[in-house]
Amino acid sequence: MNAANKTLLKSLATLAAGALFGFGLSLSTMIRPEVVLSFLRFQDFGLMLVMGGAVLVVLLAYQLAPRLLERPLLDEHFHVHPSVWNRDTLVGAALFGVGWGLCGVCPGPAIAGLGAGNWSLLWALAGIALGALVQGVRAK
Amino acid sequence: MNLSLSLFPLGWQHYLLGGLIIGSGAALLFVLTGRIGGMSTVFSSSWSYLVQRPFFQQGRFVDSRGWRLAYALGLILGALVWWLGFAGGVREATAVPAWQLLVGGFFVGYGARLGNGCTSGHGICGLGSLQWPSLLAVLTFMATAFLTANMAARWLA
Repeated sequence: MNAANKTLLKSLATLAAGALFGFGLSLSTMIRPEVVLSFLRFQDFGLMLVMGGAVLVVLLAYQLAPRLLERPLLDEHFHVHPSVWNRDTLVGAALFGVGWGLCGVCPGPAIAGLGAGNWSLLWALAGIALGALVQGVRAK
Repeated sequence: MNLSLSLFPLGWQHYLLGGLIIGSGAALLFVLTGRIGGMSTVFSSSWSYLVQRPFFQQGRFVDSRGWRLAYALGLILGALVWWLGFAGGVREATAVPAWQLLVGGFFVGYGARLGNGCTSGHGICGLGSLQWPSLLAVLTFMATAFLTANMAARWLA
């Protein structure tokens, strides 16, 4: 396979993976801020099942794939993304929770919701994009 | 009322199935391309097209911005497929006021990027790779989200 074909194939694979993700977000109704807020107000525990189901599959893939495969099917190596615990992680996570609790929207559903015609989520999307911009401008 | 109804008044099957499919998306991305697919980074990496500041021109944003946009576009396509094929053509809408979406969104964007992850980055990919800093991040944002949502329900509704 030549390089251009391989790049195209990788893009299609990424698109397909995103589409599965977006379909799951929609099916689980996470694109409805009201459903997320009802979880955060202890009225409906569905979000636990969504998170639990997703973590289970990802856990299996992240643990098994590097053991069973020499490398990813369309690329050279498996990436790792170590997370660190420091003041920024603590403050960032706390602020993220404040925003999530206020609007019931997190980054994935803000994007996916557009595909189901929920134009109000453009407000949330604009807010998230602005927040990311300000964070980057303030960062050293 | 039985326990399942009181915990999941809208049913539980679609939550579990939806979660398994979300996980399959992130798993497919990893198996095919080796990439870790958290969602919040796409916001910083896309700014790298417009903002020349050194922060946004870091390799981790510039090198990944193309596939992250494709992944985000996939999210929209997947939701569109669900909407056209399974939702009976009823357009999704929310009653959450615009100012709440905008202000809440701002904190979500700022916080996710400062803390290097969101519900998918720390919650799904971080926990899926058994990283304890991600677990602490999840517990932190769950705690402040519970507090905020309940205070908002009391004072804003």
